[in-house]
Formats: sequence, C-alpha cells, structure tokens
Amino acid sequence: MPKKYLLQGGRFIDPSTHTDSILDILIVDGVIQSMKPSIAPPSDCEVIDLRGKLVAPGFIDMHVHLREPGFEHKETIETGTLSAAHGGFTAVCCMPNTNPAIDDESIVHFVHSKGKNVNNGIVDVFPIGAVTKGRKGKELSSIAELVQAGAVGLSDDGAPVYDAEIMRRALEYASMYDVPIIQHCEEPALVQGGVMNEGLVATELGMPGIPPVAEEIMIGRDVQLTEYTRSRYHVAHISTAGSVGLVRDAKKKGVRITCEVTPHHFTLTDDAVRSFDTNTKMNPPLRTQTDIDAIKLGLRDGTIDVIATDHAPHSLDEKEVDYLQAPFGIVGLETAIGLAITELVVTKILSLAQLIEKFSTNPRKIIGRTIETREGELANLTFMDLDAVWTVKTSRFKSKSKNSPFEERTLKGKAIGIFNHGIALVY
Amino acid sequence: MGLSSRHLLGLDGAPKSDIELILETAVSFKEILGRPIKKVPTLQGKTIANLFFESSTRTRISFELAERRLSADVVNFSASGSSVSKGETLKDTARNIEAMKIDMVVIRHNAAGTAHFLTRVVQAAVLNAGDGCHEHPTQALLDMYTLKEKFGSLEGLRVCIVGDISHSRVARSNIYGLRTMGAKVSVCGPATLIPREIEKLGVEVYHRIDDVLPKVDALNVLRIQMERQAGGLFPSLREYNRFFGVTKDRLEKIDHPITIMHPGPINRDVELSADVADGPHSVILDQVLNGVAIRMAVLYLLGTTQ
Ligand SMILES: [Zn+2]
Repeated sequence: MPKKYLLQGGRFIDPSTHTDSILDILIVDGVIQSMKPSIAPPSDCEVIDLRGKLVAPGFIDMHVHLREPGFEHKETIETGTLSAAHGGFTAVCCMPNTNPAIDDESIVHFVHSKGKNVNNGIVDVFPIGAVTKGRKGKELSSIAELVQAGAVGLSDDGAPVYDAEIMRRALEYASMYDVPIIQHCEEPALVQGGVMNEGLVATELGMPGIPPVAEEIMIGRDVQLTEYTRSRYHVAHISTAGSVGLVRDAKKKGVRITCEVTPHHFTLTDDAVRSFDTNTKMNPPLRTQTDIDAIKLGLRDGTIDVIATDHAPHSLDEKEVDYLQAPFGIVGLETAIGLAITELVVTKILSLAQLIEKFSTNPRKIIGRTIETREGELANLTFMDLDAVWTVKTSRFKSKSKNSPFEERTLKGKAIGIFNHGIALVY
Repeated sequence: MGLSSRHLLGLDGAPKSDIELILETAVSFKEILGRPIKKVPTLQGKTIANLFFESSTRTRISFELAERRLSADVVNFSASGSSVSKGETLKDTARNIEAMKIDMVVIRHNAAGTAHFLTRVVQAAVLNAGDGCHEHPTQALLDMYTLKEKFGSLEGLRVCIVGDISHSRVARSNIYGLRTMGAKVSVCGPATLIPREIEKLGVEVYHRIDDVLPKVDALNVLRIQMERQAGGLFPSLREYNRFFGVTKDRLEKIDHPITIMHPGPINRDVELSADVADGPHSVILDQVLNGVAIRMAVLYLLGTTQ
C-alpha cells in the first residue's frame, strides 16, 4: 500500500522557479505526484494542514559539527541530525574536525551510512572532507577519493589552511572535481590567545583580542589564489565588515567565491561578552554593530550567499569554566530559522524568497546537491510558521549540548516540520 | 548607609557614592592601624576564603592582614600550578565554598570574569582581588586613597598611568575609578602596549613620557613584565627604560613636583629609577599601608551589608 500525504493549503515559495502561491501538494511514496491550488484528499491519505504556513524546498545547514566520530559526549550523528530535523533542516554538511578527521574515504562512508541509519534517514548528511591530512595543513588529503566517496566540499575548519602553497595546490586539485574549498579564515599569527573581538569591549574587559584583520588578510590572500588558479572558494562564517567588502569586490571581478554567515554574527555584538557567559565565545568572535550592519547589507545585496549555523556542540562541563579556557563555539541548529526570520525577515532586510535562497537554493548549489520541487521529484521540504512567537529553552533542544547564548530569547517565526525521503516530521 | 552591591567585582560602573564610602571608611581603619592594638572585633564569627589561583604574595598578605585585623576566620586556597584543570578547580572550589558556609570570598584568577562567575554559583559575597587583565578594584581604591591623602581631593587631579596598559588590571580599575571621581586620566606607553580604542574610555594617550610629565600631578607607574618583551611587544628593557622609564633627570626638568605611585613589585631602573622610587615624592610605601586600610574598609562594608 503506497504511503500518501496531502500537504494542504501552505504558501509554497521556491525562488529557483520564482514560485509563490498557495498550493496543495500530494506526495505518494515520497514522490510529488501533484501540486495544485486544490487537491481532493484521496483515500488512505494523511492530511497535513499547512494553511497559513510556509512551505519551502528543504533547508540545508552547510556548516555543522556533528562531533562523531571522536567526541560523542558533545553530539552524535543521531542527536545532531535530530536537532537539525527539529530546527527545520532536511540536510546538513558536517565538518571534518572529528577524531579521526574526515580525511579518508572510509570515514566519509562511515558518516554517510550512519546518517542514513539514524532517525530513519530523514536528514541527509553530506560530509565535508579535510583539505589536508589530519587537518594539519601540511599535506593534501586524498581529495579525489574523498569526493568520490561522497564528500561535497573540503575544509580544515576549526583551523585555516594557512600555508599559501598548500592552499594554492588544494584549490587547483579540488577544481578538477568542481568542489569548493571552504576556508575558516584566520591568520593564526594575528590571533594567538585571542578569545573575543579586538576593540573597545575587549579593551574594557582586558581580554585578549582577535582582530578583524586576521580574517580579512586570509580572505584577501585566498581571493587572489582563487582568481589565479581559476578555482572555487567558499568563506565559512564571515564576520567582519571588511570581509564582506572583500567578497563583494571579488564577486564583481568574477572570482568564483561564495560565503556564509551564522545567525549569531548578524544578531549579537561583542557587547554580549560583558556577561562573561562562555556561550558568547566562538570563533570567529562576535563583532560590532558596524559589522552587523555590513553583514545585513551583504545578505540583502547577495554578497552573502548562505546562512549556516556553525553548530558547535560542547558539553556543559567543557563550557562552564573561565572565559580564557572555554572552548569556542555554540549550538545553532534549533534557533537558526527563528533568528533569521526575527532579525532579517521581520525587519524587512530579506524577502521570504531571499531567506529561502540563503537556507536552501544557494547552499545546495554550492555543494552540488540541488533539489527540484515539482511533480515526479522527491519531496524535500521545510515547513515554517512565520507568526509563531516563542521563547528559546535550551533544555528542550534535541541536540546533546545546550551551549547557546539565546536562552530565554523571544523569537518570531520558527520551523514547524520537514518532509524528506517519504517521511513527515511535524512538531 | 552601605554599598550599592553585595559584591565588589570592579570599579567599572561603580557609583561615586560607593567609592566615597569606601574611601571614608578606610580613614578610620587607617587610624586603627596606627594604634598599639591593631585588631577590632568587627568581623568576628565571619569566615573569609582567599582563593588565589595566581600567585601574588603581596596582595594575599595584604588581604589576610586586613581580614585578621577585623577578627575574621580565614581560610586560604592556593591553586596556582594546577594549570591543566584550572577551570574545573574553580567550579569545584566554588562548590566546596558553598558546602563550607563561607561568608565572603576573595578571588584572584588569571582569567577575566572569574569573580563574576563566582557570584553566579555561590551565595557568599565576592571580592575581586584581580581577574586577568580586567580589574583589581582594591588596588585602584588604595591608589585613589593615597592620592586623596596627598592632594585632599581627586576632582580635577591629573593622573597618568605609565607602562603596559594592555595587560594591566590596575590600569583599568584606576581609569574607571578615577574618572568617576572626576580626575583627568591619561595613559602613556609603547603603542604595542596600549589597547585599541582606549581613548573611548575618556583617557588621553601619550607615547612620549616627556610630553605628559608637564601635564600631570601624579604618575602611576606599572610594572613591566619581562614576558612582554619575549612576546615581541617591545624590543628591550634598555630601550624601554630610555624612552619610558621614570627617572630623576626627567622629573627635574618639570617645574612642579610629581607624586609617584607604583603597585609593586618594582623593577628598579627599568620602569622606575631607584632614586625616584625612594625619593621625596614617592608614596609607594604609603600605598602598602593604605592597602590594608582599604581592604579592611571593603571587607567591613561587604561583611556588614545584607
Ligand atoms: Zn570555523
């Protein structure tokens, strides 16, 4: 007996086909059979009432740390993908800073198959392979094998590929397979010991700073290498006004560069560090209002292609230490959509179509895993309620870790469910 | 009337009335320190824990003396050295304090914000004795007390803090406290040791000591840490001494006397020449005695505030 779903009355927006209309969607065995303004429910059909709600092509978070293998006390592929599902994502890209690192095809296979076997495989897990062996920045990893095994991009995230020669060769090598090098942009010599943005607040708090130029210098160098090697390059978690300017200029010149921003970098400034809450410690650090303004402008004019969370789970014990010692990073999967709607859509910085581009169309294009939402295709969808006003409670997170600076924050708009691989999850 | 807070975490944002109250209260404690019997029963029955995660003989002794002169029971934890799990130690220690029903905690730690962290996890009153490069409020209070003793008022007083401002909690607390009290504050040091945007805190920045000397009533000369040279922040102690050292020659060129302070310990003939440190305008030893009086005042005010 085929499994049938009727998604009723949702407003469906797909920027890739310029669609924005109220539609019923009939799905049979995971495949879209019909999309029409009104479909009579067939027999044995589960009806999901989405009147007044938003339906979009499935969201993907292209920057997630699932921590498995190696750091299962922080997160596992199972808890991380469950967190993603409840945050409205049908897919995640997981970063290779695991132990062992994802620098070998066997680990790509492991992550991939684990992803298929947890939570009924409702969230697609696309591994990012390491650029260099052990993410040490010295020798190229087996890039071709990694890509063949299913890696959708390459990154040493957590650390930059700091050696210019290695970076050049990585870009050249990866360009044979048209996968992007995703760079964690940070010139290490300028960062030594820094724990927060260098500037007035760090000066007041007496904390070692991470200067904005540390990020910008690396982007500047990489833009030149990318242009020179005619390859493809993606800036992870962009955080400064200067960086946004560099990416904008490079795009104008025709360099194949894309970039992403995290919700915390368009929501919070380094003022938040005054609380000494270690959940305000992340890398890149929270910057200033000037940077947020530039980021919002970059999101609006298309300089910033993607919103990605840099979901970085850490256990309470690890985070509940002094600020200098605390590890960098916060969880983000379950607050991303709420923050983006609250900070960008409600404030009219982005249209809904643009929001969907940043969470679905663009990141999927960058990693080469595009989807089409039309008859005959697999249904891969995210459902949202734009009007829901809710308060973040980290205790309710599905993620194993609760390290979020957004506890008790009130947001407008949230994900209410997803559909992928024939399974509906509505919460 | 008591303090506006049950903790003393720093002088950033501390109301003028709190600072005035502490400085006034210290006057009577200093008077007690001049008596043959220097002990008062003020904090009898109260237990104070000194948590020093960073070694500092001077500050610890000053606090301990102040606590004993107030008849408090004193427990000392020294946790420096166990660097691997300092954070863990902090949390565990906090839990221990809670279990032992300690009334007040004096904490020194190498990370900014640890005193603030403690206030979230323990019931005891918390006194910050230095958190990283952030604040060292009792040092600034004793510096202000010493200046007030010498000049009568802090209003309009011109004070320059000389040296490594970037890594100095003494500098920060002095800037916050002195500005609140109406003093005119400047800083002087190599550009590599002046933190960015510090001028937004309302201080003037100088890189030439001879430019600032004619414009000040007092200097607070900071200890230069040898490891900053190793970290590439300035080329050599010799060069530092030649361009930023406070020397008799330099001071003699100025037509008015300049009061000299130093939080100690002094690197003689590096940031401060020996003849200036021991000279007639030095109030360095007064600072030491005033330190005990200020700490007694703060402990008393926190210990009796509900
Ligand atoms: Zn990163």
